[in-house]
Amino acid sequence: MAALTETAAKLPPSPTPPRGRRRGRRPVSRHGWRITPWLFLLLPLAFLLVFTYVPVFNMVGYSFTSWDGLDVQMPFVGLDNYVKIFTTPELFRVFLVSLYYLAGAVVQMGLALYFATILSFNTRFRNFFKGIIFFPYLINGVAIGLVFLFFFRPGGTLDAVLAAVGFHHPPQWLGDPSIANWSLAATSVWRYMGLNFVLFLGAIQSIPGELYEAADLDGANSWQKFRFIIAPGIRQIIGLTFILSVAGSLSVFELPYVMTGGANGTTTFVIQTINTAFTFQKVGLASAMAVVLLVIVLVVSWIQRRVFPDQKGDLV
Amino acid sequence: MSAPTLPSSSQSSQQSAERAAVLDTAGASDVPLTTSDRVRGSFAGAGRAVAPFAGPVAKVLKYLSLVVACLFALTPLVTIFMASFKTDEEYRTSGPLDAPKSWFNFHNFAVAFTQGDMLRGFMNTTIILVVSIVGTVLIGAMTAYAIDRFDFRGKKLVVFAFLLATLVPGVTTQVATFQIVNALGVFNTRMSAILLFMGTDIVSIYIFLQFMRSIPKALDEAAMLDGANRVTIFTRIVFPLLKPAIATVVIIKGIAVYNEFYIPFLYMPSSDLGVISTSLFRFKGPFGAQWEVISAGTILVIIPTLIVFLALQRFIYNGLTSGATK
Repeated sequence: MAALTETAAKLPPSPTPPRGRRRGRRPVSRHGWRITPWLFLLLPLAFLLVFTYVPVFNMVGYSFTSWDGLDVQMPFVGLDNYVKIFTTPELFRVFLVSLYYLAGAVVQMGLALYFATILSFNTRFRNFFKGIIFFPYLINGVAIGLVFLFFFRPGGTLDAVLAAVGFHHPPQWLGDPSIANWSLAATSVWRYMGLNFVLFLGAIQSIPGELYEAADLDGANSWQKFRFIIAPGIRQIIGLTFILSVAGSLSVFELPYVMTGGANGTTTFVIQTINTAFTFQKVGLASAMAVVLLVIVLVVSWIQRRVFPDQKGDLV
Repeated sequence: MSAPTLPSSSQSSQQSAERAAVLDTAGASDVPLTTSDRVRGSFAGAGRAVAPFAGPVAKVLKYLSLVVACLFALTPLVTIFMASFKTDEEYRTSGPLDAPKSWFNFHNFAVAFTQGDMLRGFMNTTIILVVSIVGTVLIGAMTAYAIDRFDFRGKKLVVFAFLLATLVPGVTTQVATFQIVNALGVFNTRMSAILLFMGTDIVSIYIFLQFMRSIPKALDEAAMLDGANRVTIFTRIVFPLLKPAIATVVIIKGIAVYNEFYIPFLYMPSSDLGVISTSLFRFKGPFGAQWEVISAGTILVIIPTLIVFLALQRFIYNGLTSGATK
């Protein structure tokens, strides 16, 4: 400590470092050497630019061309790609597929909210139930795809369970185009419900206990406690989860790609985009599709920030 | 938060007894309770304070719904687990709900491991996992240090740039990212996945940033008075104190990388570079109808996740909560 004060005495405190100081004399100030923060940020910013911003800008650029991804020439075609997306029914209908997943997401949030609420009350084997409900979220997506391929296949687990309860003529869960998307959306609910559940549970448990005690004194019943204490307390996280669900249902890829490969009307927006770009070599058109998706996601996020403003204040 | 307005109803004797019990537990505890303890404590009373006759029925329904949820969660996994122990002939002649004759028939696992290239998949996944996690931790910690400990021109812009990037879903930009990976000359190498995992993880930066704020700035200042420069402060003082945040990032990132499918699928098509996900995906071809082998491969992929989950439950729950809300 003595050494510390001695050093401090030698160096006069300078609130702002004078320009042009060299390495040799280190300024003692909160601000430090002007370039230092940029040295720490060099690598992170390089990654941010190269893997997020440059792709976004390039993609917008490609979307106005009919580039095939290989040619040196990038023929400019103006808004043709965008016109094509909104006027070609085959291209447009993939948007409708995400509605199945969105419906699934609503069911998923309802279930998650229910289980989070009942498990926040005193329950036997609480951690056991919590673990089982949550675990599917951690499983590898390809593994889940295969598990449910086995579950839904003709003569598979689901058919066997139905037969056991006396239902002997099940439909083709993944083969029938009118059902396939519902089966996939249900798989998605199975996979992601655990995450919503744990987030809701965490939010409920961070509500101060005094509120419940006060409610008890007022003679509130369980429903009233949910309605007036829990619901306002987790509004924020519900808003966030809903946005993540909207963005998620627009960018579904893994499960349908593994389970049906996009057959029987289960092609999602991302499968379509990736096929257009990498199988059919239409990078221009695929970029325009990706831009449309990006714009939708950004608009939805912006709406969320309007509707559920962040009370904690952001970052700095 | 505004105080909840609750209609007060006439209280039954049971409820007042309950109230006394709640007050009693609150008064008796002179040890400070954590929030969750308090919540649970008050709920313990609250659960029984519901209208007296609805109590038992509500309780039965509650446990019934939990058991049904567990059945839904477990049935698909249990049947595939049972299938993985069946012989080829046994699989064809038995139903999915029938238990295997022998629980010690590991033949399918051996086939999956050797012919299915699972060993190579695990190795590639491990290499990519370790390198990209180290990179993510360094990048996240450096960014958080620069943003939290310095005032500099353009700081707001930098923060905004990172914030905006969280809104761009990774899958949407792959069409253009592909060209960049190609231009960097790393297409079809492990480096492609490593760079992408390191370069697009902004959630980790937030976790570090949140934690960095709780480390007192006085520590930095004291070291600076001792003549330490910023790099020394970062490597010797701040970084070691970030351990809990590092643990969180390692767990979340580890699970995410282990489960990642489309990045290795798009950027590492060579079969020598198969990771866990892509190796398992390739099972669909050669083992098309051999569901007992596919099941074994699937179980092999799930087991490490299960072990990690059982060992690190608490950290995983906390990590996800802090990761997702920011």
